[in-house]
Formats: sequence, structure tokens, C-alpha cells
Amino acid sequence: MAFESLSDRFSNIFKKMRGEARLSEKNMADMLREIRVALLEADVNFKVVKAFIEDVKEKALGQDVYSKVNPSQMVVKIVHDEIQELLGEENAGINFVKGLTTIMLVGLQGTGKTTSAGKLAYQFIHKLNKKTMVAALDVYRPGAIEQLETVVANAGANFFSMGNKENPVNIAKAAQRKAMEEGMDVLILDTAGRLQIDEGLMDELKKINHEVHPDEVLLLVDAASGQDAVNVANAFNADLRLSGLIMSRLDGDARGGAALSIKYLTGLPIKYVGVGEKVSELEPFYPDRMADRILGMGDVVTLVEKAKEAIDEKQAEKDAKKMMDGEFTLEDMLRQMKQIQKIGSIGFIAKMIPGMPKLTDEQKEHAEKEMKVFEAIINSMTPYERRHPEVLRFSHKNRIAKGCGKTNADINRVLRRFEQSKAMMKQMKQYQKSGKMPPGMGGFGGFGR
Amino acid sequence: MGLFSFLKNKFSKKEEAKSEELSSYEKGLEKSRKNFASRLDALSKRYAKADGEYFEELETILIESDVGVGLSIRLIEQLMEEADNDGVTDPKTINEKLVDAMFVDYATKGDSIENEIRFAKVGPTVLLVCGVNGVGKTTSIAKLAYRYKNQGKKVALVAGDTFRAGAVEQLGVWADRLSIPLIKGKENGDPASVAFDGAKFAVENKIDLLIVDTAGRLQNKTNLMQELAKISRVLSKEIPEAPHETFLIIDATTGQNGVLQAKAFKEVTPVTGIVITKMDGTSKGGIILSIRDELGVPVRFIGLGEKMEDLREFDLDKYLYGLLLGEVS
Repeated sequence: MAFESLSDRFSNIFKKMRGEARLSEKNMADMLREIRVALLEADVNFKVVKAFIEDVKEKALGQDVYSKVNPSQMVVKIVHDEIQELLGEENAGINFVKGLTTIMLVGLQGTGKTTSAGKLAYQFIHKLNKKTMVAALDVYRPGAIEQLETVVANAGANFFSMGNKENPVNIAKAAQRKAMEEGMDVLILDTAGRLQIDEGLMDELKKINHEVHPDEVLLLVDAASGQDAVNVANAFNADLRLSGLIMSRLDGDARGGAALSIKYLTGLPIKYVGVGEKVSELEPFYPDRMADRILGMGDVVTLVEKAKEAIDEKQAEKDAKKMMDGEFTLEDMLRQMKQIQKIGSIGFIAKMIPGMPKLTDEQKEHAEKEMKVFEAIINSMTPYERRHPEVLRFSHKNRIAKGCGKTNADINRVLRRFEQSKAMMKQMKQYQKSGKMPPGMGGFGGFGR
Repeated sequence: MGLFSFLKNKFSKKEEAKSEELSSYEKGLEKSRKNFASRLDALSKRYAKADGEYFEELETILIESDVGVGLSIRLIEQLMEEADNDGVTDPKTINEKLVDAMFVDYATKGDSIENEIRFAKVGPTVLLVCGVNGVGKTTSIAKLAYRYKNQGKKVALVAGDTFRAGAVEQLGVWADRLSIPLIKGKENGDPASVAFDGAKFAVENKIDLLIVDTAGRLQNKTNLMQELAKISRVLSKEIPEAPHETFLIIDATTGQNGVLQAKAFKEVTPVTGIVITKMDGTSKGGIILSIRDELGVPVRFIGLGEKMEDLREFDLDKYLYGLLLGEVS
């Protein structure tokens, strides 16, 4: 497929150089070329990629890359750390001022300004306990004001609009007056989307900027933006002196390389990221996760957090103990499979865990289908059978097969898998006793811990 | 060049296009191509002879237009080989060869389809419009409705975006301005049932073109993609051939993710064409070339501005020449 992860690319390079113990200038060149392509596929700007590769080269060659550790790990780590460092400090939140804090949202059409206005208001109200008003400055796009009104109501914020006949500069001024009168802590200005080369509309923003002096001017950047994102950011920044970015639609599968490009070229911090369509789905920005994402290395932290939410920890503990004691039943296996399903598809999990991205799309699909088959079969068994699958005879299997529309071979496969799991658990227990983890068990073992 | 001129004739619009229309196309693309064209021009002036560095710079230009890393590298490698074989070193000739190569790649990677909507022989023609969030689906629908109303077709719209706040109002404003019927359902209702109502309305009222709006959805959200598949299926219950056309709207600012978008939407609906929007900005929209290269989906229309008239038929020749050479052939 088009997007190999960097670790895939590297493992290919290292297959070629097996036997060579150390990094050579030439090996380095191969790797750097792969890094280049990976970054470009993530939509990191071309110029930034070029400069970045030079930085990494310098760093890597200056260090003791030639010794000890696995050289691929070394380079990946240097690249990763470098990106993380460039992406900046964790969670640069809003700088609130005494009295009313005014925040203006700007950006191209369709980048998610209105949705983000609602999400910010929700955060301020429900997480920071700040009285928030949102003002509708998009007088151009049909339906924009109605959209904002609904979004703002969902967030529980105050809404300010003067319809679509008034000049946005005047609306901004009136909104600020009103927000002060009503003792608001925050005023969010939702402006119309515009091209950075539209002089008339950019002038309008400059005027608003001049009249209401927002404390924050945030640019919305779509995670799927391509190479031109830096030009857009530069132009908005030149005209309005931005204070930061919000990256929208990180719940998509775009790599979001624009975050790195813009940060690299403008130094502007990424303050929030949008991760869904619901009003609560706005998150702080984590540079380490973003670095993983851009490199296609999997986002272990996110996975762990998601896993935590999805799995009832007490139940998991019970399961784990049962497993270790060899009392693991088919019911337990099904429950575990369902928990994993709750976290996301198998493909998703595989992507999130850096050590195990070896599944092809077909394999992933196959794994998910297999899960469904398992569920159907186990559900067609009697509770006793689920706990004591050793009693299953041919006639039982025929009945189960009929019940769930599967074949005896499918049932045998489930049973085989079950035995394998059980055996693995036993092995784990022995390892646990000896204080070591079996190789390759780090990933999924974590779920049942 | 026999093949090339053949393809070119096949894909280029008739040249008798009014000069007014031509210039507006140019104007819309102006910003997109300005940077690009002047760079290419400056490049060929700077180099007396095309060497490795020259080809590298050409590759840069492609990548910076979001053409896609894989396709860019492949095109340049082919170009180098061809130039080497033919002993060509003149930068201008090489630029021409690049345009030709891109042209041929596009033309041979899928069927040639006329840009205009292909109307059903009898009964209503249904156009389903889909895409990720914020790409300009609703605005494009308004422009398409305007276009076909002006061609004397009876057009109706279906407000299939029951999810986003303000979406129905937005489409409603356009329906009012164009004085065409709008079929809508309950807020947060099932979009498939609105689509079904729309199809019924179209049959009963002898509508020529029914355009179905849908909510923006990210292509990795399985349940939302299934919902779209259902809308597509339901339409055919009332009108067997429907949707006759399915347009995927792609924002010109989209990077490499555009290919994944097209792939995922193509899997759940029979995408028959792409409308690329916001081409009046500085983005070059090069991802459409990768989409064509990998999936064979053709571009049908191109959005060049906010006015109703600013939706144009896609013309590959103009697009490439405008983009790469800054001139309309």
C-alpha cells in the first residue's frame, strides 16, 4: 500500500544489511531517503523535510551511532525525538488574561472553525468553569449562523449574533461590549472561512484584530492539509500575528504532517486538536503522539488510554488470574475478544503497537472475520459447553454448527485456538515465576494483565 | 507523438470555447499556477542543460503540488530515462515532455468520461454527492444545480445531511435562491429515508436531476461509511439505476490523504467522478493525479471561486499546462 510505516521501511533496509554490524555513510543515506519519503507521505512540507533531514544527519553522525545499540532503533529514536522536540512543548493551552479573554478563530473555508468554536466553549465551561460567549462573525456562508447557534447551545455557552446584514467588524465590537457587560470570562469570535490571498476578506480580519485586540488568534488547520498549508499559515500569521493553531480532524487517518511544517517554519504552538464530531471531542496536543503519527510508528500511549477506558480492570484482573491458573474458559476468551473489539478493530490495534505492524490489510480483515465466527460459535454453545469444551463430541458440534450457520471445521478451529491460548497462559505463568516475559508477548499480554 | 495527440484530442475540450470562459478559467487557476509556472520558467532559464539537479528540482515542483511522492518519483525517473535515451538536454523540451508524460498517465489510467452529468434515457437522473467534512459539498451542489437549471433541466435537492447543525438551512438557502424544490427530513433523522423520499418525489414530479447531499464523513469511520452505502442502496429501490452518478468532492488543499479518501469512498459507493474544490486558492490540487493514477477515478468539475458560475468542466490540458507551464495551449 501507499503508506508504509517508517519501521517497515527500516526493517527492509536492515534486511539488506544483515551481517554488517555498523552503520555506514551509505546505509545512513538509504535510511535518510526512506525518512524523506515517509515524511513527504505524511504531508510534511518539502522544504521542511529537506532541512529536517540535514539536522538529523548531523545529529546522527555526530553521535556514537556506530556502536552498541541496534542502529535502526538509534536512527528512529533520533528522528522521533527531533520531531517531538520541533513540535514543541506539551499542551500549550490558552493564555487567559484578567477580565475578558477574547479568542478569534480564523482559517480557510471548511477547516472546522465553527465546530471548534463550540468545542472550545465546552472545554472552557465544563473543564475550566469559565463563562463563555461565542459570537457569529460569518455573515457570508448560508446556514453558518444557524450552525453556530446549535453548536453553541450544545456547549452550553452564550450566543451572540446580529444576523447577516451587519459588518463583522461591528459585530465583533458589539460582542465584546456585551461580553464585558455580562461579566463573561471568554469571548470566542467565529469568523468566516477565507482564502489567505483574498485581500478584501483579509483586510476585514485585520480590522477586527485592530478593533478588539484578541488575546489569542488561532488558525484552524485540517489534518489532511497538503504542501500548501505552510503558505496559508505564513500569510495568516503575517497579517494577524497568530498565537497558535488548532489542528482539526485528527480522528481521520491523515498523518498530519502540516503540524510539523507549520511549527518548524513559524514556531506557532499547536494548542488543541479535534478528534471527533461531538462537542466534547477536543483534546490537548501531545507532541510525542504526533511524532509517532507522522512517522507512522503507532501511538502506544493513546492505545493504552483507550484500552483503559474500554476494559473493566477488575474483570480483566480476574480473567488474568483465571488464565494463569489454567481455569480459562471459552466464555473468558469471548469476553476478551469483545474487549479488544471495544478498543477498536484488530487493524487499528496492530497499527497502534509499534512492534507488531506486520499484518497486511488482508490479514487484518481476516482476523476481524475470524473474531465474528468465534463469537457466533461460542454463542451457540450451552453455558456448560463453554466452560467445559472438552465434553464436545461430534453430535454436539453438529448441533452448534447448525445453530450458528458455521461448519464443524470452524468449531474445531475455535477449540484449537482456545487450547493454544490456554497453553500460552501456562507458559506465561512459568515466565512470570521466573520473572521474565516470553518474547513477543509484550503487546497483547498487556490487555489481560 | 501519434498516441499523444490522439489522447489530447480525446481529453481536451473543443477549442472553440469562448475566450471569455477561457480567461475566467485562467483567472481562477492563476493563483494556483503562478508560483508553479514562474518557478518552472525560472528553472529552465537557470539551467542551460538539464542535469541531475534539474530533474531533482522538477521532482520538488511536483511534490510541492501534492502530486504524491510515489507518482512524482516515478514520473521523474521515467523522464530522466527518456531524456537520456533521446539525448535531450534542453530544459524547455524536458518540461514539455513532463507535461506529456503526465497527460498520458492520466489519459491511460482509466476510462475517458465526459464531464457533464450523463442523464438517464428515461426518468429522473440521480446524483449522489459525498466527501469528508468541510470540502464544499453543499456549495458544489448549489453550483451544479445552477448549471443544470440553466440548461433547462428540472432540478431538485435532497437535504441528506441530517447531522451537521445548519446543513439543511444552508442547502435551503440555495434551493430558495435557485427556486428549486428541497426535500428534507427530520433533524438527526435517517438520511437514507430522506433520500428515499427524494427519489419518490423525483419520480412523482418528473424531476430531471435529483442531487442528494450527504453529511461529511471521515473515510475511516466505518459506521458512517456504511450509512453512505445504505443511502446509495436505498435510492435504487425507487429508481433502479440510481445513483446514476456519484461525485466525490475533494478539497484542493488536501494532501496525500486524498488517495485514501477516494479509495474508501469508492469502496462503499460507485464513485463516477471527482469535483475538486477551492482551486482558486494557492493549492495546486495535484492529488487528483495520484487518485487517477491509483484508482482511475476521473475529475469531472473544478471549483474556481465562490460565484455560481465558478464551477467549470475539468479540462486536463488546461489544468496541466496551466499548472506546469503557465500557458493555455
